[in-house]
Amino acid sequence: MSTFLAFTIFGLFSGAAYAIAASGLVLTYTTTRVFNIAHGALGMVMSFLFWDFSVRQGMPTWLALVLVLLVVAPAVGWFLQRFVCRGLGEGPVSVSLVVTVGLLVGCIGLATQVWKPEARSVMPFLPDTRVQLGSITVTGHQLITILLSAVVAAGLFLLLNRTRIGTAMRASVDNPELLKLFGGRPDTAAALSWAIGTSLAALAGVLLVSQVGLDYYALTLLVINAYAAAMFGRLKSLPMTFVGAMVLGLSTSYASGYLPTEGIFNSVRNVMPALFLFAVIVALPQAQLRIGQVKGSVAAPVPSTPKALAWGAVLLGVVAMLSGSMSTANLLLVGTAATYAMVMLSLVLLTGYGGHVSLAQLSFAGVGALAYAKLDEPSLYGLALASLIAAGVGALVALPVLRLTGLYLALATMAFGVIMDKLVFQHESAFGFNGTLPAGRMSFFGTAVSSTGGYVMLMAVFFVLMALFLLALRRGPLGRVLIAMRDSPAACGTLGLDMRWFRVGLFALSAGMAGMAGALFAGLRETIGAADFQFFNSLPLLLLAVVFGVTTVTGATFGGIGLMLMPVLQSDYPELSGLIFAVIGFGAVALGRDPNGLANLVFKGGRLAQTRLLPRVRASLPELPARGEAAPDPSYDEGADAPDQSQQKEVPVHAAP
Amino acid sequence: MSVPILEVLDLHAAYGRIEVLRGVDLTVPKGAVMALLGPNGAGKSTLVKVVSGQKRATGGDIHLGGVHVTDADSAELARVGLCTVPEGRSVFPNLTVQENLVLMSYAGVPADAVLDTAFSYFPRLAERRHQLAGTMSGGEQQMLAMSRALASDPALLLLDELSMGLAPLIVDELYDTVAQIAESGVSILCIEQFARTALRVSDYAAVMIGGRIVATGEPAEILETMDDVILGGVA
Repeated sequence: MSTFLAFTIFGLFSGAAYAIAASGLVLTYTTTRVFNIAHGALGMVMSFLFWDFSVRQGMPTWLALVLVLLVVAPAVGWFLQRFVCRGLGEGPVSVSLVVTVGLLVGCIGLATQVWKPEARSVMPFLPDTRVQLGSITVTGHQLITILLSAVVAAGLFLLLNRTRIGTAMRASVDNPELLKLFGGRPDTAAALSWAIGTSLAALAGVLLVSQVGLDYYALTLLVINAYAAAMFGRLKSLPMTFVGAMVLGLSTSYASGYLPTEGIFNSVRNVMPALFLFAVIVALPQAQLRIGQVKGSVAAPVPSTPKALAWGAVLLGVVAMLSGSMSTANLLLVGTAATYAMVMLSLVLLTGYGGHVSLAQLSFAGVGALAYAKLDEPSLYGLALASLIAAGVGALVALPVLRLTGLYLALATMAFGVIMDKLVFQHESAFGFNGTLPAGRMSFFGTAVSSTGGYVMLMAVFFVLMALFLLALRRGPLGRVLIAMRDSPAACGTLGLDMRWFRVGLFALSAGMAGMAGALFAGLRETIGAADFQFFNSLPLLLLAVVFGVTTVTGATFGGIGLMLMPVLQSDYPELSGLIFAVIGFGAVALGRDPNGLANLVFKGGRLAQTRLLPRVRASLPELPARGEAAPDPSYDEGADAPDQSQQKEVPVHAAP
Repeated sequence: MSVPILEVLDLHAAYGRIEVLRGVDLTVPKGAVMALLGPNGAGKSTLVKVVSGQKRATGGDIHLGGVHVTDADSAELARVGLCTVPEGRSVFPNLTVQENLVLMSYAGVPADAVLDTAFSYFPRLAERRHQLAGTMSGGEQQMLAMSRALASDPALLLLDELSMGLAPLIVDELYDTVAQIAESGVSILCIEQFARTALRVSDYAAVMIGGRIVATGEPAEILETMDDVILGGVA
C-alpha cells in the first residue's frame, strides 16, 4: 500500500509538472493558433539557463528563478511572437509546424553550442524538507510542484475568464481585425500569451530538471507528455488539460512501478506518453472543416516530361562519373545523399503536394531497412516487399487519425517516431539494443551489384525513377486532387471527395517511398542499425527539405546533398556542431513560410537568365564590340524582352498544367 | 461652418494592382447622418476599411475632426472615438454576450457602463448574457454589434451593410436604433446597398460608383436621381 501511495505521489508530481507545461502550450495555441512543437525545447534551454545562473555563476536560487521565469523567458516569448510567429496562425498548419520544428532544432543546436555536453546536475528545491503523510514521505520539491500547478491553473483561469486582456486573448483567435476595431491590440494579446507560455515552459523545465537531468533531448521530448495532456483537453479546455496531465503522470508512474521489468513491457514504460497521445488522438471527435479559408500558395512550376528526363539523364551522368572516380568512403556519402534525397521525395509528395507534415519520415525509412534486412532477400522482390511493409506501417499510423487533420497527423507521426525509437528498433527481434543487422547488396534479375560504385549508380537510377514517377503523379488526376485537397479541404468536401481514405493512401505511399529509400540504404551500408534512423534526425530532414524546397524534385535533390553534408561538416568542425544545427533550425524559421524554398529561387534565376540574359547575349553576339562597348543598345533590349514577359510569371496552382 | 467630422480627399486604394478607390472625395459634417450608396463592387466597403485603418491607402488624405489620420492604426482610431461596425456579424462568436460587451470597453467607456447601456437598449441581450454570441440569431448578433455603437459614445460611427442577411423587419428595427444614436449627436456614415432603408434616417446621401463619388445631396434628390445614376452609369 505504501509503495502504491509513493507511486501516486510521484505520479501527481510529474502530472503537475506536465500540467504546467501543457497549460502553456494550450494558452499559446488557443490565443494564436500556433502549435508550438518547440515548447519543450524552450523549457530545455531555460533550464540550462537556470543551471548556468544558479550553479555556474553561483547566483542565489531565488534570483536565478526570478531572472529565468520572469525576465528571460517572457522576453524570449515576446520576441518569438513578434519576430517569428506573427501571422503564422492564419497560414496553413504545415507552415507553422515547420517553423516551430525549426525553432526546436535551433534550440537544441543553441544549447549544445553554448553549453557543451558534460555532466551537470541541478538540485531539487527545498532538498531538506520532508513532509510525512502517514506512511509516505513527500519531498519539498514535489510539494512545491503540485502547489505551483494549482496556482498556475487558478491564475490562468482567472486571467482568461475574468480579465479584459484575457478575454481579448481569446477573442483575437477568432478575428484579430475585429478586435482592432474594438480598440484592442491583438499583437499585445498574442505577445502576452507567448510570454506567459514560454514562462510556463521554463517553469515546467526547471521543476523537472532535477528529476530528468540536464539533457538536451530528454527535456525536449517531455513536450510529448505536454501534447498528450493538451490533446486530452482538445487543445482548448484548460481543466481537461490538467486532468489529462494528472492521468498521464499517474499512469506513467504506475507503469514504471508495476509493469514487469522483462520483455516488451520494460520498454513500454518509456513510451507511455506516446501511447497515451495515440490513444487520446484516436478518441478525439471528427475535426470540422474550416470554411472560408483558401490557403492556396503559388506553387513551383512542374517541369515538362522532356525537361525532367533530360535533367534525370544529367544527374545520372554526373553520378556515373563520380562512381567511377571516387573513393569508397566518398561513394558511401553520395549513396547517403541519394537515400536522403529519396526520403525527401516522399516528403515532396506528402508535404509539398499533400500539405501534411510528417515528423518521423526517417522512422519509415528505418522500417523499410529493417524489413529488407530481416527478409534477407536482396533482390527487387525483397525491395518491393520492404517498401510495401513500410507503406503498410504508414497506413497504420494514418488510420487512427483518419478523421483528423494536419496538426494531429503530425503529432501522431511524432509519437510514432518515439515509439519506433524506444520500443521497436531497440527490441531484440529488431536491431536489438544498440545492435546492427547485416544486409545484402541487391541483385538485379540475378546479377548482383556488388561494387559500391555500381550500387550508388543503382541508387541514383532509383532516385531518378522515383522522381519521374512523382512528377507523373503530380501531372495526373491524382495530383490535381492532391493540390485541391491541400488548398481547400472544404471545397473538396462539397465536391464529394472522400478525403479520409485518400489521406491514408497518400500517407502509405509516402511511407512506402521512404521505406524503399531505407531498404536501398541498408543494401548500400551492408550493415544497418537503429542509430541510422533516429527519430531526431527526421527533424533536420524535414527542415532541410523545406529550406531547399519541399514542392520540387530539385529541392529534394539539394536537400539530400545538404543533409548528407551535415554530419561531414560536424565531424570536420566538431566545435561548431551545435551551431550547424542552430543555423538549420533558424534558417527554417526564416524560410519556412515559403514551401517552395531555395529551389524556387534557382528556378527564378534560371528563368530570369533565360528571358533577360539570353536575348542580351544573343543580341550582343553578332556585333561583338571591338573597343569594350559591352552594353548593348537598350532599345533593342526592350524589344527582345517583351515577348517573353508572360512566361516569367509564376504559374498559380490551379492554372498549372 | 465647423470642421467636418470626416473629410476624405482624393483617396486612392488598391488590392494589388487593381485600383478600387480612384480619388474619393467625401465630407461628413459634424452631427450628420450620411448614407453612402452604390452598387456591388463600387468600393464602399474598401472605403470603410481605409478610413477605419484596416487597409492602407495608396494616396490621398483622411481627416477625422480636422486631424490628419491617414495610415493610423485601427486600434488607435477605435480608442479615440471612431467606431466601425464592419460587414457581416461583427461579434466574437466564441465569447459570451457579456464578454463581447466587456471587450467594447477598449473604446474608453468603463465596462459597467457598457453593460448598462446595452442591456437597457436591448433587454434581450441581458437575458442571454451568458450565451455564446455565435449561437444567437442573426438579428440578436447585430443588436450586440450595435451595442458597441450605442455604448462607446463615438465621435464618428461607420456602419457597413447593416442589413446584410437580415429580415426586412429586423433591418427596420436596426435603423430605428441608428436614428436614436443619431439623435444623441453622433455623426454616422452608413454604407448601404438598399437605398430606401438608409435614406429614411439620413440627412445627406452620396452615391459611389467605380471607386468615385458621383453624386451627393439631400436624400430626396438622391433618391430621385439614383436610378439614373446607377442604371445609367454616369461613372
